[in-house]
Amino acid sequence: MTKLATEERMSIVIVGHVDHGKSTIIGRLLADSHSLPDGKLEQVKELCARTAKPFEYAFLLDALRDERAQGITIDSARVFFRTARREYIVIDAPGHIEFLKNMITGASRAEAALLVIDAQEGVQENSRRHGYMLAMLGIKQCVVLINKMDLVGFDQAEYEKLVKSLTAFLAQVNITPACFIPVSGRDGDNLADASTRMPWYHGPTVLQALDTFEPEAPPVGLPFRLRVQDVYKFTGQGDDRRIVAGTIDSGQISVGDRLVFLPSGKRSSVKSIEAFNRPTQTEASAGWATGVTLTEQIYVARGELAVRESDPLPQVTTRLRVSLFWLGQRPLEMRKEYALKMGAARIPMRLESVDRVIDASTLAARPNATRVERHDVADCVLKIGKAVAFDLASDLPVTSRFVIVDEYDIRGGGIVREALPDQQGWVREKVLVRNSKWERGSIPLERRAERFNQRATLLLFTGPTETERKALAKELEGRLFAQGKVVYFLGIGSVLYGVDADIGRQRENRLEHMRRLAEVANIMLDAGMILIVTAAELTTEDLEVIRAAVEPERIETIWVGDRMTTDLECNLYVSDGEGRAEALERIETRLKDLGVVYRPW
Amino acid sequence: MDHLEQLENRSIHILREAYANFRQLCMLWSIGKDSTVMLWLARKAFFGHVPFPLVHIDTSFKIPEMIAYRDKLAAEWHLNLMYGQNEVALAEHRTYPDGAVDRLTCCGLLKTEALRRTLSGEGPRYRFNHATRTYERDRNTEPFTGVIVGARADEEGSRSKERYFSPRTTQSEWEVQDQPPEFWNQYKTEFAPGTHVRIHPLLDWTELNIWEYIGREQIPTVSLYYNHGDGTRYRSLGCGPCTQKVHSEARDVSEIIVELRTGKFSHIAERSGRAQDKEDGGGLESLRRDGYM
Ligand SMILES: Nc1nc2c(ncn2[C@@H]2O[C@H](COP(=O)(O)OP(=O)(O)O)[C@@H](O)[C@H]2O)c(=O)[nH]1
Repeated sequence: MTKLATEERMSIVIVGHVDHGKSTIIGRLLADSHSLPDGKLEQVKELCARTAKPFEYAFLLDALRDERAQGITIDSARVFFRTARREYIVIDAPGHIEFLKNMITGASRAEAALLVIDAQEGVQENSRRHGYMLAMLGIKQCVVLINKMDLVGFDQAEYEKLVKSLTAFLAQVNITPACFIPVSGRDGDNLADASTRMPWYHGPTVLQALDTFEPEAPPVGLPFRLRVQDVYKFTGQGDDRRIVAGTIDSGQISVGDRLVFLPSGKRSSVKSIEAFNRPTQTEASAGWATGVTLTEQIYVARGELAVRESDPLPQVTTRLRVSLFWLGQRPLEMRKEYALKMGAARIPMRLESVDRVIDASTLAARPNATRVERHDVADCVLKIGKAVAFDLASDLPVTSRFVIVDEYDIRGGGIVREALPDQQGWVREKVLVRNSKWERGSIPLERRAERFNQRATLLLFTGPTETERKALAKELEGRLFAQGKVVYFLGIGSVLYGVDADIGRQRENRLEHMRRLAEVANIMLDAGMILIVTAAELTTEDLEVIRAAVEPERIETIWVGDRMTTDLECNLYVSDGEGRAEALERIETRLKDLGVVYRPW
Repeated sequence: MDHLEQLENRSIHILREAYANFRQLCMLWSIGKDSTVMLWLARKAFFGHVPFPLVHIDTSFKIPEMIAYRDKLAAEWHLNLMYGQNEVALAEHRTYPDGAVDRLTCCGLLKTEALRRTLSGEGPRYRFNHATRTYERDRNTEPFTGVIVGARADEEGSRSKERYFSPRTTQSEWEVQDQPPEFWNQYKTEFAPGTHVRIHPLLDWTELNIWEYIGREQIPTVSLYYNHGDGTRYRSLGCGPCTQKVHSEARDVSEIIVELRTGKFSHIAERSGRAQDKEDGGGLESLRRDGYM
């Protein structure tokens, strides 16, 4: 029996078309590496004999009763076995098409992959699909097992023919396997022990090949990237630290480094690196779930990407050219809203266009597609509701990854190939410069929030021209003021003739008007205020400009009036017939729910 | 970065995702070694704080030392601790072995049922009052929508099918066959009304990892895990009547690590001292489908 001598572990995944022998190989590897619990093999054999079924090594994996009834392994079950070098965690990825999401779950946790191909059947639909997905998931270490060599008489020519065609196919999907191995899963040839039936093969056994793989080292040498998971301020036991927490995706930081947070563009320096029950440290590097405090107190939110000022900057935009795979029962379609999750950011998203859909079963492009069907792989353009910071797959794969959520579940995932220009790029550039030049006062935003008992917010009242928008907005101002809030009403007209005096009121200046309005709002929000702005008929485009200059989390939109005269989607709607008091009540409730106005305890 | 640091970092990342996404979040604390390591990881993730309640399901049959240890740590670590209990089943003596039910039914009532009702808020919750050091009925009866659980994949067959974030239905059931995909540190953080999500930060840890980590971090543990001279110790802790000791000379953490490294238990299931597993056809599967930990 092997001892638990090593502490090193590696996760591997076994993929391939259904019935090509994945489960058999795992079962056999377990048995031949002497990793089975005592009596397990005998017990399963006995069970088979009792139920008059021929014994299969695959049965060993069927830990769950109902699986045995179905005859296929249904989820990413993990199995542990050991070699002289280390412990392996095998993530079994079933080949049945229904269960692709399990294979992806398994493969994304793996550091190396075994791709199993039936020597007789050759490459099949799921061999291709899985190959494509391994590449997208980012698995670099891969061994191809040509299984069931017994069925082709252990013939070298057959084997080499298959290796040749496979090499071509794998190159197409960007996978360079470490090696090919002819095996018989059923009989154990070249799994743990070298086969005597294929004397022409001089390469490693599967276990030897696995043992040559190196654990993936965290990418310390790359640019620093940390996706902010949260900002903690736990006050218990007199703790007054304000800690920006997250896991370092790549690179490293030291105390004193200048950081930029994107997309907001805010800057600060690392004051300390925080940890519990660890000696004080002045550096942290890729792979660590860490936390830092900053010298200047800036408002940073979950979902931002922290980078080092001296490192190459990431991309920031709202339009992404991506490669993705889709797992949802319902296709990915245009004109439907989804959520895009990238690191800790979660953003509304729409499919803008489908460049090409690759049918995974043939890898041929399906032309003129307007949607992405289940289990398809596609190149698309995505439009998201606010800017996000990320990297390109060709630069930094980890920070190029995203998933798509529909309803409550992850339905697809992919990597960003290209950052496309959007209409707010010019605003964002100005904001980046503005934020880097911004001179902070001595009072942090949160101290103002505490003093004023409110969260600085921009309330945008819009709607058709003829409604009572302004009256409602002013009444809200009055009510909040009476409650002791620091609140200010600003009609867009008040900005037009002052701040905007140097530019005309023509249509082509409309977005510049919006930008200036947003800059004014930004100052008032920084002063801790609740700012109520009225502007007729705001469009989505207008709002996107405003959101590029004011933190989107601080904007609430209210549409006043029954008629929808623009394409804007708002947070709240007030109808013409609704009583003033009722409408105000609803708005105030929402402000309380959002924590803009604190609820009295 | 060594393997323990790797495990620690992944678990911390998961805990922080859970905290950021679930407003009604709690952590189950069984007082055993796994969930105590998990609690320690929470203190790591949140820099010494534990910003959510810890829920203990008290069957009233737990070994007394476990309860004393629980209350001691609650005070020392400033924990927001609460316990839940199936008071009806206890009052009616529907328990094993003193009542007229078998082990599995007892587990179903005192653990599964108690857990389900404590999480949903239908059952009573008693919260630790740090000033008086007593428990008081909690007024908050809002259901928990995110429940952090210390299950490990290597512990027992059915647990290897878990996700880090596993959805549970409105009936607390686990639909093993239809779980959402989980990749690239993206988890199921959204859920339909009435359902909840179980979060498993320890999924990748092994029994050996747990002890190595306890040793490295010097995490306080219940002395029941150690041999006090009679050549036996507990390997897994549960209720007094249904938990047996194993033969072992290990007197402290480092001796347990040596014992595990040399493979002493590599052929004996970790929960083999837990009698209810055997009555469940060799796996916890049916208990777990119903919402068992
Ligand atoms: N002749 C032969 N049959 C095999 C070999 N490996 C697997 N099989 C059979 O192929 C079938 C499918 O194997 P299984 O492991 O369940 O495939 P999976 O769907 O990829 O997990 C089973 O009936 C196995 O017995 C092999 O090396 N030789």
